[in-house]
Amino acid sequence: MAYSDKVIEHYEHPRNVGSFDKGDEEVGTGLVGAPACGDVMKLQIKVKDGVITDAKFKTFGCGSAIASSSLATEMIKGMTLEQAAEIKNTQIVQELNLPPVKIHCSVLAEDAIKAAIDDYKKKHSR
Amino acid sequence: MKLPIFMDNHSTTPVDQRVVDTMLPYFTEKFGNAASRNHVFGWTAEAAVENARAQIAALIGGDAKEIVFTSGATESDNLALKGVASFYKKLGNHIVTVETEHKAILDSAKRLQREGFEITFLRPAKDGTVSPEQVAEAVGPKTLLVSVMLANNEIGVVQDLEAIGAAIKAKNPKTLFHSDAVQGAGKVPIDVERMKLDLVSLSSHKMYGPKGVGALWVRRKPRVRIDPLIDGGGHERGMRSGTLAVPLIVAFGRAAEIAKAEMAEESARLRALRDRLFRGITAKLNEVYVNGPDPLEHPERRLSGNLNISFAFVEGESLLMALKDVAVSSGSACTSASLEPSYVLRALGAGDDLAHSSIRFGIGRFNTEEEIDYVIDLVTKSVSRLRELSPLWEMHQDGIDINSIQWTPH
Repeated sequence: MAYSDKVIEHYEHPRNVGSFDKGDEEVGTGLVGAPACGDVMKLQIKVKDGVITDAKFKTFGCGSAIASSSLATEMIKGMTLEQAAEIKNTQIVQELNLPPVKIHCSVLAEDAIKAAIDDYKKKHSR
Repeated sequence: MKLPIFMDNHSTTPVDQRVVDTMLPYFTEKFGNAASRNHVFGWTAEAAVENARAQIAALIGGDAKEIVFTSGATESDNLALKGVASFYKKLGNHIVTVETEHKAILDSAKRLQREGFEITFLRPAKDGTVSPEQVAEAVGPKTLLVSVMLANNEIGVVQDLEAIGAAIKAKNPKTLFHSDAVQGAGKVPIDVERMKLDLVSLSSHKMYGPKGVGALWVRRKPRVRIDPLIDGGGHERGMRSGTLAVPLIVAFGRAAEIAKAEMAEESARLRALRDRLFRGITAKLNEVYVNGPDPLEHPERRLSGNLNISFAFVEGESLLMALKDVAVSSGSACTSASLEPSYVLRALGAGDDLAHSSIRFGIGRFNTEEEIDYVIDLVTKSVSRLRELSPLWEMHQDGIDINSIQWTPH
Protein backbone atom coordinates (compact mmCIF):
# COMPACT_ATOMS: atom_id res chain seq x y z
CA MET A 1 0.00 0.00 0.00
CA ALA A 2 1.25 3.46 -0.78
CA TYR A 3 1.29 5.92 2.09
CA SER A 4 0.57 9.62 1.80
CA ASP A 5 3.53 11.96 2.20
CA LYS A 6 2.03 13.30 5.41
CA VAL A 7 1.78 9.84 6.97
CA ILE A 8 5.40 9.14 6.04
CA GLU A 9 6.49 12.52 7.39
CA HIS A 10 4.83 11.93 10.78
CA TYR A 11 6.06 8.33 10.86
CA GLU A 12 9.65 9.35 10.22
CA HIS A 13 9.55 12.41 12.46
CA PRO A 14 6.86 11.77 15.05
CA ARG A 15 6.01 14.78 17.22
CA ASN A 16 5.71 14.70 20.98
CA VAL A 17 6.85 11.14 21.63
CA GLY A 18 7.21 10.31 25.29
CA SER A 19 5.47 10.02 28.62
CA PHE A 20 4.43 12.17 31.54
CA ASP A 21 4.18 10.92 35.10
CA LYS A 22 0.75 9.28 35.26
CA GLY A 23 0.37 10.23 38.92
CA ASP A 24 0.86 13.94 38.28
CA GLU A 25 -2.32 15.90 39.14
CA GLU A 26 -1.97 18.00 35.97
CA VAL A 27 -1.78 14.93 33.71
CA GLY A 28 -4.56 12.96 32.03
CA THR A 29 -3.78 9.60 30.42
CA GLY A 30 -5.70 7.77 27.74
CA LEU A 31 -4.81 4.18 26.79
CA VAL A 32 -6.93 2.73 23.99
CA GLY A 33 -6.85 -0.19 21.56
CA ALA A 34 -5.63 -3.74 22.14
CA PRO A 35 -2.43 -5.62 21.27
CA ALA A 36 -4.49 -8.43 19.73
CA CYS A 37 -5.98 -5.92 17.27
CA GLY A 38 -2.57 -4.64 16.28
CA ASP A 39 -2.82 -1.15 17.71
CA VAL A 40 -2.53 0.47 21.12
CA MET A 41 -2.28 4.21 21.68
CA LYS A 42 -1.26 5.99 24.83
CA LEU A 43 -1.96 9.72 24.73
CA GLN A 44 -1.27 12.05 27.66
CA ILE A 45 -2.20 15.67 28.22
CA LYS A 46 -0.86 18.23 30.68
CA VAL A 47 -3.54 20.71 31.71
CA LYS A 48 -3.33 24.14 33.34
CA ASP A 49 -6.43 26.30 33.95
CA GLY A 50 -8.50 24.18 31.57
CA VAL A 51 -5.97 24.50 28.73
CA ILE A 52 -3.84 21.68 27.33
CA THR A 53 -0.30 23.03 27.67
CA ASP A 54 1.50 19.91 26.50
CA ALA A 55 0.77 16.48 25.06
CA LYS A 56 2.72 13.27 24.54
CA PHE A 57 2.05 9.90 22.92
CA LYS A 58 3.35 6.40 22.38
CA THR A 59 1.79 4.08 19.84
CA PHE A 60 2.05 0.41 18.94
CA GLY A 61 0.53 0.15 15.51
CA CYS A 62 0.95 0.66 11.82
CA GLY A 63 2.41 3.79 10.26
CA SER A 64 -1.00 5.40 9.95
CA ALA A 65 -1.73 4.78 13.63
CA ILE A 66 1.58 6.37 14.60
CA ALA A 67 0.91 9.34 12.31
CA SER A 68 -2.67 9.76 13.60
CA SER A 69 -1.56 9.94 17.21
CA SER A 70 1.39 12.17 16.41
CA LEU A 71 -0.94 14.59 14.61
CA ALA A 72 -3.48 14.40 17.45
CA THR A 73 -0.91 15.61 19.99
CA GLU A 74 -0.03 18.52 17.70
CA MET A 75 -3.67 19.46 17.24
CA ILE A 76 -4.67 19.54 20.88
CA LYS A 77 -1.77 21.56 22.25
CA GLY A 78 -3.09 24.98 23.24
CA MET A 79 -6.73 23.90 23.10
CA THR A 80 -9.13 24.01 26.01
CA LEU A 81 -10.44 20.66 27.20
CA GLU A 82 -13.79 21.48 25.59
CA GLN A 83 -12.21 22.27 22.24
CA ALA A 84 -10.10 19.11 22.30
CA ALA A 85 -13.14 16.99 23.13
CA GLU A 86 -14.76 18.31 19.95
CA ILE A 87 -12.05 16.94 17.64
CA LYS A 88 -13.46 14.45 15.17
CA ASN A 89 -11.60 11.60 13.52
CA THR A 90 -12.58 12.94 10.10
CA GLN A 91 -10.26 15.92 10.65
CA ILE A 92 -7.36 13.48 11.07
CA VAL A 93 -8.46 11.47 8.03
CA GLN A 94 -8.46 14.63 5.94
CA GLU A 95 -5.20 16.02 7.21
CA LEU A 96 -3.32 12.72 6.68
CA ASN A 97 -5.15 11.60 3.55
CA LEU A 98 -5.94 8.23 5.11
CA PRO A 99 -7.42 5.55 2.84
CA PRO A 100 -10.65 3.79 3.94
CA VAL A 101 -8.82 0.78 5.46
CA LYS A 102 -6.94 3.12 7.80
CA ILE A 103 -9.89 5.11 9.14
CA HIS A 104 -9.91 3.01 12.30
CA CYS A 105 -6.51 4.57 13.13
CA SER A 106 -8.08 8.04 13.22
CA VAL A 107 -10.99 6.74 15.32
CA LEU A 108 -8.51 5.35 17.79
CA ALA A 109 -6.72 8.72 17.98
CA GLU A 110 -10.05 10.47 18.69
CA ASP A 111 -10.79 7.88 21.38
CA ALA A 112 -7.34 8.44 22.89
CA ILE A 113 -7.92 12.20 23.19
CA LYS A 114 -11.32 11.63 24.85
CA ALA A 115 -9.89 9.00 27.19
CA ALA A 116 -7.10 11.35 28.29
CA ILE A 117 -9.60 14.17 28.96
CA ASP A 118 -11.87 11.79 30.91
CA ASP A 119 -8.95 10.61 33.01
CA TYR A 120 -7.97 14.19 33.81
CA LYS A 121 -11.56 15.11 34.72
CA LYS A 122 -11.92 12.05 36.94
CA LYS A 123 -8.82 13.07 38.86
CA HIS A 124 -10.31 16.51 39.48
CA SER A 125 -13.88 15.54 40.31
CA ARG A 126 -12.81 14.18 43.66
CA MET B 1 25.17 -3.44 -3.14
CA LYS B 2 21.98 -2.38 -4.90
CA LEU B 3 18.84 -1.17 -3.13
CA PRO B 4 16.08 -2.20 -2.74
CA ILE B 5 16.97 -5.70 -1.59
CA PHE B 6 14.60 -8.54 -2.45
CA MET B 7 14.28 -10.89 0.51
CA ASP B 8 10.76 -12.17 -0.13
CA ASN B 9 11.60 -15.31 -2.09
CA HIS B 10 8.56 -17.23 -0.78
CA SER B 11 6.26 -14.86 -2.66
CA THR B 12 8.11 -15.32 -5.93
CA THR B 13 11.64 -15.54 -7.30
CA PRO B 14 13.40 -13.76 -10.14
CA VAL B 15 13.86 -15.90 -13.25
CA ASP B 16 17.38 -17.31 -13.42
CA GLN B 17 19.23 -15.93 -16.46
CA ARG B 18 20.06 -19.51 -17.55
CA VAL B 19 16.31 -20.21 -17.60
CA VAL B 20 15.57 -17.08 -19.63
CA ASP B 21 18.23 -18.06 -22.19
CA THR B 22 16.69 -21.52 -22.55
CA MET B 23 13.16 -20.26 -23.03
CA LEU B 24 13.64 -17.34 -25.44
CA PRO B 25 13.89 -19.30 -28.73
CA TYR B 26 10.48 -20.82 -28.00
CA PHE B 27 8.84 -17.43 -28.42
CA THR B 28 10.27 -16.83 -31.89
CA GLU B 29 11.85 -19.45 -34.14
CA LYS B 30 10.50 -22.46 -32.18
CA PHE B 31 6.98 -21.16 -31.67
CA GLY B 32 5.04 -24.28 -32.72
CA ASN B 33 1.99 -25.76 -31.02
CA ALA B 34 3.01 -28.93 -29.18
CA ALA B 35 -0.27 -30.50 -30.27
CA SER B 36 0.45 -30.06 -34.00
CA ARG B 37 1.25 -33.59 -35.13
CA ASN B 38 1.88 -33.06 -38.82
CA HIS B 39 4.82 -30.66 -39.16
CA VAL B 40 8.23 -29.96 -37.77
CA PHE B 41 7.14 -26.87 -35.82
CA GLY B 42 4.81 -29.00 -33.75
CA TRP B 43 7.34 -31.80 -33.35
CA THR B 44 10.00 -29.39 -32.11
CA ALA B 45 7.62 -27.94 -29.56
CA GLU B 46 6.45 -31.36 -28.46
CA ALA B 47 9.99 -32.62 -27.99
CA ALA B 48 10.82 -29.57 -25.86
CA VAL B 49 7.71 -30.13 -23.72
CA GLU B 50 8.56 -33.82 -23.24
CA ASN B 51 12.07 -32.87 -22.20
CA ALA B 52 10.63 -30.45 -19.63
CA ARG B 53 8.28 -33.14 -18.32
CA ALA B 54 11.26 -35.40 -17.72
CA GLN B 55 13.22 -32.63 -15.99
CA ILE B 56 10.31 -31.84 -13.65
CA ALA B 57 9.47 -35.47 -12.95
CA ALA B 58 13.13 -36.15 -12.09
CA LEU B 59 13.00 -33.48 -9.38
CA ILE B 60 10.40 -35.49 -7.47
CA GLY B 61 11.33 -39.05 -8.46
CA GLY B 62 8.33 -39.48 -10.76
CA ASP B 63 7.83 -40.42 -14.38
CA ALA B 64 7.62 -37.85 -17.20
CA LYS B 65 4.25 -39.23 -18.33
CA GLU B 66 2.77 -38.37 -14.95
CA ILE B 67 3.20 -34.60 -15.28
CA VAL B 68 0.09 -32.53 -16.07
CA PHE B 69 0.89 -28.90 -16.89
CA THR B 70 -1.34 -26.20 -15.42
CA SER B 71 -1.37 -22.41 -15.17
CA GLY B 72 0.19 -22.56 -11.71
CA ALA B 73 0.02 -24.30 -8.38
CA THR B 74 -3.32 -22.73 -7.45
CA GLU B 75 -4.84 -24.54 -10.39
CA SER B 76 -2.90 -27.72 -9.50
CA ASP B 77 -4.27 -27.65 -5.94
CA ASN B 78 -7.82 -27.05 -7.20
CA LEU B 79 -7.46 -29.86 -9.72
CA ALA B 80 -6.08 -32.31 -7.16
CA LEU B 81 -8.80 -31.78 -4.56
CA LYS B 82 -11.81 -31.19 -6.77
CA GLY B 83 -10.66 -33.67 -9.41
CA VAL B 84 -10.25 -36.50 -6.90
CA ALA B 85 -13.43 -35.62 -5.02
CA SER B 86 -15.46 -35.58 -8.21
CA PHE B 87 -14.04 -38.78 -9.66
CA TYR B 88 -14.17 -40.89 -6.50
CA LYS B 89 -17.29 -39.47 -4.84
CA LYS B 90 -19.02 -42.85 -4.93
CA LEU B 91 -16.24 -44.39 -2.86
CA GLY B 92 -16.19 -41.89 -0.03
CA ASN B 93 -16.90 -38.36 1.14
CA HIS B 94 -14.07 -37.45 3.48
CA ILE B 95 -10.94 -35.34 2.93
CA VAL B 96 -8.23 -34.53 5.49
CA THR B 97 -6.03 -31.45 5.37
CA VAL B 98 -4.29 -28.99 7.72
CA GLU B 99 -5.29 -25.53 8.99
CA THR B 100 -1.98 -24.01 7.85
CA GLU B 101 -2.24 -25.07 4.21
CA HIS B 102 -2.21 -22.54 1.38
CA LYS B 103 -5.54 -20.86 0.62
CA ALA B 104 -5.73 -22.75 -2.69
CA ILE B 105 -6.11 -25.95 -0.64
CA LEU B 106 -8.24 -24.51 2.16
CA ASP B 107 -10.68 -22.73 -0.11
CA SER B 108 -10.98 -25.72 -2.45
CA ALA B 109 -11.68 -27.88 0.61
CA LYS B 110 -14.28 -25.41 1.86
CA ARG B 111 -16.03 -25.42 -1.47
CA LEU B 112 -16.19 -29.22 -1.36
CA GLN B 113 -17.51 -28.94 2.18
CA ARG B 114 -20.36 -26.76 0.96
CA GLU B 115 -21.08 -29.39 -1.68
CA GLY B 116 -21.49 -32.05 1.00
CA PHE B 117 -18.01 -33.47 1.54
CA GLU B 118 -16.76 -33.91 5.06
CA ILE B 119 -13.46 -32.12 5.65
CA THR B 120 -11.13 -32.52 8.61
CA PHE B 121 -8.79 -29.57 9.17
CA LEU B 122 -5.96 -30.75 11.40
CA ARG B 123 -4.36 -28.32 13.82
CA PRO B 124 -0.55 -28.53 13.74
CA ALA B 125 1.70 -28.50 16.80
CA LYS B 126 3.11 -25.20 18.08
CA ASP B 127 6.08 -25.44 15.72
CA GLY B 128 3.82 -26.10 12.72
CA THR B 129 4.53 -29.82 12.35
CA VAL B 130 1.81 -32.40 11.79
CA SER B 131 2.41 -35.83 13.30
CA PRO B 132 1.84 -39.06 11.35
CA GLU B 133 -0.28 -40.35 14.25
CA GLN B 134 -2.49 -37.28 14.09
CA VAL B 135 -3.03 -37.77 10.36
CA ALA B 136 -3.65 -41.50 10.66
CA GLU B 137 -6.20 -40.90 13.40
CA ALA B 138 -8.21 -38.68 11.06
CA VAL B 139 -8.18 -41.22 8.21
CA GLY B 140 -11.16 -43.57 8.02
CA PRO B 141 -12.74 -46.00 5.54
CA LYS B 142 -14.47 -43.10 3.72
CA THR B 143 -11.36 -40.92 3.41
CA LEU B 144 -10.66 -40.24 -0.26
CA LEU B 145 -7.70 -37.93 0.11
CA VAL B 146 -5.21 -36.46 2.55
CA SER B 147 -3.48 -33.22 1.56
CA VAL B 148 -0.42 -32.05 3.52
CA MET B 149 1.99 -29.45 2.18
CA LEU B 150 5.69 -30.23 1.99
CA ALA B 151 6.85 -26.85 3.29
CA ASN B 152 4.86 -23.94 4.61
CA ASN B 153 5.03 -20.61 2.80
CA GLU B 154 5.03 -18.50 5.98
CA ILE B 155 6.99 -20.38 8.62
CA GLY B 156 8.97 -22.70 6.35
CA VAL B 157 8.18 -25.82 8.38
CA VAL B 158 9.03 -28.97 6.42
CA GLN B 159 6.67 -31.87 7.11
CA ASP B 160 7.84 -35.46 7.44
CA LEU B 161 5.93 -36.67 4.39
CA GLU B 162 7.60 -40.07 4.43
CA ALA B 163 6.24 -40.88 7.88
CA ILE B 164 2.88 -39.27 7.11
CA GLY B 165 2.53 -41.20 3.82
CA ALA B 166 3.31 -44.48 5.55
CA ALA B 167 0.80 -43.75 8.30
CA ILE B 168 -1.97 -42.93 5.82
CA LYS B 169 -1.48 -46.07 3.73
CA ALA B 170 -1.24 -48.26 6.83
CA LYS B 171 -4.61 -46.98 7.98
CA ASN B 172 -6.36 -47.03 4.60
CA PRO B 173 -4.40 -48.18 1.52
CA LYS B 174 -7.08 -46.69 -0.76
CA THR B 175 -6.76 -43.16 0.59
CA LEU B 176 -4.85 -40.94 -1.83
CA PHE B 177 -2.04 -38.69 -0.62
CA HIS B 178 -1.56 -35.23 -2.12
CA SER B 179 1.07 -32.65 -1.30
CA ASP B 180 1.28 -28.99 -2.23
CA ALA B 181 5.06 -29.02 -2.71
CA VAL B 182 5.30 -25.49 -4.08
CA GLN B 183 7.63 -24.09 -1.41
CA GLY B 184 9.64 -27.25 -0.84
CA ALA B 185 10.25 -28.50 -4.37
CA GLY B 186 13.75 -27.70 -5.54
CA LYS B 187 14.77 -26.84 -1.99
CA VAL B 188 14.43 -30.12 -0.09
CA PRO B 189 14.53 -33.59 -1.64
CA ILE B 190 11.20 -35.16 -2.62
CA ASP B 191 10.66 -38.76 -3.59
CA VAL B 192 7.12 -39.69 -4.53
CA GLU B 193 7.85 -43.39 -4.01
CA ARG B 194 9.44 -43.09 -0.60
CA MET B 195 6.72 -40.65 0.51
CA LYS B 196 3.91 -42.79 -0.98
CA LEU B 197 2.49 -39.75 -2.74
CA ASP B 198 -0.28 -39.94 -5.34
CA LEU B 199 -0.50 -36.29 -6.39
CA VAL B 200 1.94 -33.38 -6.10
CA SER B 201 1.41 -29.69 -6.91
CA LEU B 202 4.38 -27.74 -8.27
CA SER B 203 5.00 -24.15 -9.29
CA SER B 204 7.62 -22.71 -11.61
CA HIS B 205 7.97 -19.19 -10.24
CA LYS B 206 9.02 -20.31 -6.75
CA MET B 207 12.06 -22.07 -8.23
CA TYR B 208 13.49 -19.29 -10.42
CA GLY B 209 11.24 -20.04 -13.37
CA PRO B 210 8.57 -17.78 -14.89
CA LYS B 211 5.09 -17.10 -13.50
CA GLY B 212 2.05 -18.58 -15.20
CA VAL B 213 2.99 -22.25 -15.25
CA GLY B 214 2.75 -25.10 -12.78
CA ALA B 215 2.19 -28.81 -12.76
CA LEU B 216 0.23 -31.52 -11.06
CA TRP B 217 2.02 -34.84 -10.85
CA VAL B 218 -0.56 -37.64 -10.96
CA ARG B 219 0.54 -41.22 -10.23
CA ARG B 220 0.06 -43.78 -13.00
CA LYS B 221 1.03 -46.97 -11.14
CA PRO B 222 -1.39 -47.69 -9.61
CA ARG B 223 -3.39 -45.28 -11.71
CA VAL B 224 -4.92 -42.27 -9.97
CA ARG B 225 -7.92 -40.74 -11.74
CA ILE B 226 -9.19 -37.18 -11.60
CA ASP B 227 -12.04 -35.38 -13.28
CA PRO B 228 -10.78 -32.33 -15.21
CA LEU B 229 -11.75 -28.80 -14.26
CA ILE B 230 -11.22 -27.57 -17.82
CA ASP B 231 -12.66 -29.40 -20.80
CA GLY B 232 -11.58 -28.98 -24.40
CA GLY B 233 -9.12 -30.58 -26.79
CA GLY B 234 -8.15 -33.37 -24.42
CA HIS B 235 -4.58 -32.19 -23.80
CA GLU B 236 -2.60 -33.63 -20.89
CA ARG B 237 -4.35 -37.00 -21.18
CA GLY B 238 -7.71 -35.32 -20.77
CA MET B 239 -6.90 -33.97 -17.32
CA ARG B 240 -6.24 -30.40 -18.45
CA SER B 241 -7.24 -29.15 -21.86
CA GLY B 242 -5.74 -26.05 -23.43
CA THR B 243 -2.78 -25.34 -25.71
CA LEU B 244 0.44 -25.84 -23.79
CA ALA B 245 2.45 -22.70 -22.94
CA VAL B 246 5.59 -24.09 -24.55
CA PRO B 247 8.09 -21.32 -23.64
CA LEU B 248 6.92 -21.33 -20.01
CA ILE B 249 7.02 -25.12 -19.82
CA VAL B 250 10.53 -25.25 -21.31
CA ALA B 251 11.62 -22.67 -18.75
CA PHE B 252 9.95 -24.54 -15.88
CA GLY B 253 11.81 -27.69 -16.94
CA ARG B 254 15.16 -25.92 -17.03
CA ALA B 255 14.46 -24.30 -13.64
CA ALA B 256 13.69 -27.73 -12.16
CA GLU B 257 16.86 -29.18 -13.66
CA ILE B 258 19.01 -26.42 -12.15
CA ALA B 259 17.25 -26.73 -8.79
CA LYS B 260 17.92 -30.46 -8.67
CA ALA B 261 21.57 -30.14 -9.69
CA GLU B 262 22.34 -27.35 -7.23
CA MET B 263 20.01 -28.21 -4.34
CA ALA B 264 22.55 -29.50 -1.84
CA GLU B 265 25.04 -26.69 -2.36
CA GLU B 266 22.40 -23.96 -2.51
CA SER B 267 20.62 -25.20 0.57
CA ALA B 268 23.83 -25.12 2.60
CA ARG B 269 24.61 -21.61 1.39
CA LEU B 270 21.11 -20.30 2.18
CA ARG B 271 21.18 -21.90 5.59
CA ALA B 272 24.44 -20.15 6.40
CA LEU B 273 22.92 -16.81 5.34
CA ARG B 274 19.72 -17.48 7.28
CA ASP B 275 21.61 -18.43 10.43
CA ARG B 276 23.79 -15.34 10.07
CA LEU B 277 20.65 -13.19 9.86
CA PHE B 278 19.05 -14.91 12.86
CA ARG B 279 22.18 -14.77 15.01
CA GLY B 280 22.87 -11.19 13.99
CA ILE B 281 19.40 -9.99 14.95
CA THR B 282 19.10 -11.93 18.21
CA ALA B 283 22.59 -10.83 19.30
CA LYS B 284 21.39 -7.22 19.27
CA LEU B 285 17.70 -7.44 20.17
CA ASN B 286 15.84 -9.23 22.93
CA GLU B 287 12.18 -10.26 23.01
CA VAL B 288 12.46 -11.81 19.54
CA TYR B 289 10.45 -15.00 19.01
CA VAL B 290 10.80 -17.61 16.27
CA ASN B 291 7.62 -18.72 14.52
CA GLY B 292 7.92 -22.33 13.42
CA PRO B 293 10.75 -24.77 14.19
CA ASP B 294 13.89 -23.33 15.78
CA PRO B 295 16.30 -22.74 12.87
CA LEU B 296 19.38 -23.65 14.91
CA GLU B 297 18.00 -26.63 16.83
CA HIS B 298 15.86 -28.21 14.10
CA PRO B 299 17.26 -27.04 10.77
CA GLU B 300 16.00 -30.20 9.06
CA ARG B 301 12.41 -29.18 9.82
CA ARG B 302 12.75 -25.73 8.26
CA LEU B 303 13.42 -24.44 4.74
CA SER B 304 16.98 -23.20 4.76
CA GLY B 305 16.10 -19.78 3.32
CA ASN B 306 13.20 -19.12 5.70
CA LEU B 307 13.19 -17.04 8.85
CA ASN B 308 9.92 -15.93 10.44
CA ILE B 309 10.28 -14.00 13.68
CA SER B 310 8.15 -11.77 15.86
CA PHE B 311 9.56 -8.62 17.38
CA ALA B 312 7.44 -8.27 20.50
CA PHE B 313 5.88 -4.84 21.17
CA VAL B 314 6.44 -3.68 17.57
CA GLU B 315 3.68 -3.83 14.98
CA GLY B 316 4.70 -5.56 11.74
CA GLU B 317 3.47 -3.07 9.18
CA SER B 318 5.16 -0.15 10.91
CA LEU B 319 8.37 -2.18 10.80
CA LEU B 320 7.90 -2.88 7.09
CA MET B 321 7.62 0.87 6.60
CA ALA B 322 10.99 1.33 8.23
CA LEU B 323 12.46 -1.44 6.09
CA LYS B 324 11.39 0.28 2.90
CA ASP B 325 14.60 -0.65 1.10
CA VAL B 326 14.11 -4.33 1.92
CA ALA B 327 11.29 -6.40 0.46
CA VAL B 328 10.02 -8.74 3.20
CA SER B 329 6.52 -9.55 4.40
CA SER B 330 4.55 -9.56 7.64
CA GLY B 331 1.73 -11.56 9.20
CA SER B 332 0.30 -8.31 10.51
CA ALA B 333 -3.38 -7.73 9.79
CA CYS B 334 -2.59 -4.33 8.36
CA THR B 335 -0.74 -5.90 5.46
CA SER B 336 -3.56 -8.23 4.46
CA ALA B 337 -6.70 -7.38 2.57
CA SER B 338 -8.86 -9.10 5.19
CA LEU B 339 -7.48 -7.07 8.14
CA GLU B 340 -6.96 -10.40 9.95
CA PRO B 341 -3.49 -11.36 11.17
CA SER B 342 -1.86 -14.42 9.64
CA TYR B 343 -4.09 -17.49 9.96
CA VAL B 344 -0.96 -19.65 9.92
CA LEU B 345 0.51 -18.01 13.00
CA ARG B 346 -2.87 -18.03 14.75
CA ALA B 347 -3.23 -21.76 14.09
CA LEU B 348 0.07 -22.24 15.94
CA GLY B 349 -1.44 -20.47 18.94
CA ALA B 350 1.17 -17.71 18.78
CA GLY B 351 -1.25 -15.11 20.13
CA ASP B 352 -2.61 -12.34 17.97
CA ASP B 353 -0.17 -9.79 19.32
CA LEU B 354 2.83 -11.84 18.16
CA ALA B 355 1.17 -12.52 14.80
CA HIS B 356 0.88 -8.74 14.35
CA SER B 357 4.60 -8.41 15.13
CA SER B 358 5.87 -11.03 12.70
CA ILE B 359 8.24 -10.56 9.79
CA ARG B 360 9.01 -13.22 7.18
CA PHE B 361 12.43 -13.19 5.55
CA GLY B 362 12.72 -15.35 2.43
CA ILE B 363 16.36 -15.68 1.45
CA GLY B 364 16.99 -16.88 -2.08
CA ARG B 365 19.55 -17.79 -4.73
CA PHE B 366 20.64 -14.23 -5.41
CA ASN B 367 20.96 -12.83 -1.88
CA THR B 368 24.44 -12.04 -0.60
CA GLU B 369 26.17 -11.88 2.77
CA GLU B 370 26.53 -8.12 2.34
CA GLU B 371 22.74 -7.83 1.99
CA ILE B 372 22.22 -9.94 5.12
CA ASP B 373 24.49 -7.64 7.12
CA TYR B 374 22.68 -4.56 5.82
CA VAL B 375 19.34 -6.09 6.85
CA ILE B 376 20.60 -7.02 10.33
CA ASP B 377 21.69 -3.44 10.88
CA LEU B 378 18.51 -1.88 9.51
CA VAL B 379 16.18 -4.25 11.41
CA THR B 380 18.04 -3.69 14.67
CA LYS B 381 17.89 0.09 14.39
CA SER B 382 14.27 0.15 13.25
CA VAL B 383 12.99 -2.19 15.96
CA SER B 384 14.83 -0.18 18.62
CA ARG B 385 13.33 3.07 17.33
CA LEU B 386 9.80 1.66 17.15
CA ARG B 387 10.10 0.19 20.64
CA GLU B 388 10.93 3.66 21.95
CA LEU B 389 7.60 4.66 20.39
CA SER B 390 5.69 1.69 21.79
CA PRO B 391 3.54 1.98 24.94
CA LEU B 392 3.70 -1.82 25.25
CA TRP B 393 7.50 -1.78 25.32
CA GLU B 394 7.35 0.91 28.01
CA MET B 395 4.99 -1.24 30.10
CA HIS B 396 7.24 -4.25 29.60
CA GLN B 397 10.25 -2.21 30.78
CA ASP B 398 8.23 -1.16 33.84
CA GLY B 399 7.56 -4.81 34.62
CA ILE B 400 3.88 -4.71 33.65
CA ASP B 401 2.52 -7.88 32.04
CA ILE B 402 0.53 -6.67 29.05
CA ASN B 403 -1.67 -9.75 29.28
CA SER B 404 -2.85 -8.60 32.72
CA ILE B 405 -4.47 -5.44 31.32
CA GLN B 406 -8.16 -5.22 30.41
CA TRP B 407 -7.88 -4.14 26.78
CA THR B 408 -10.82 -2.91 24.78
CA PRO B 409 -10.83 -4.71 21.43
CA HIS B 410 -12.11 -2.55 18.61
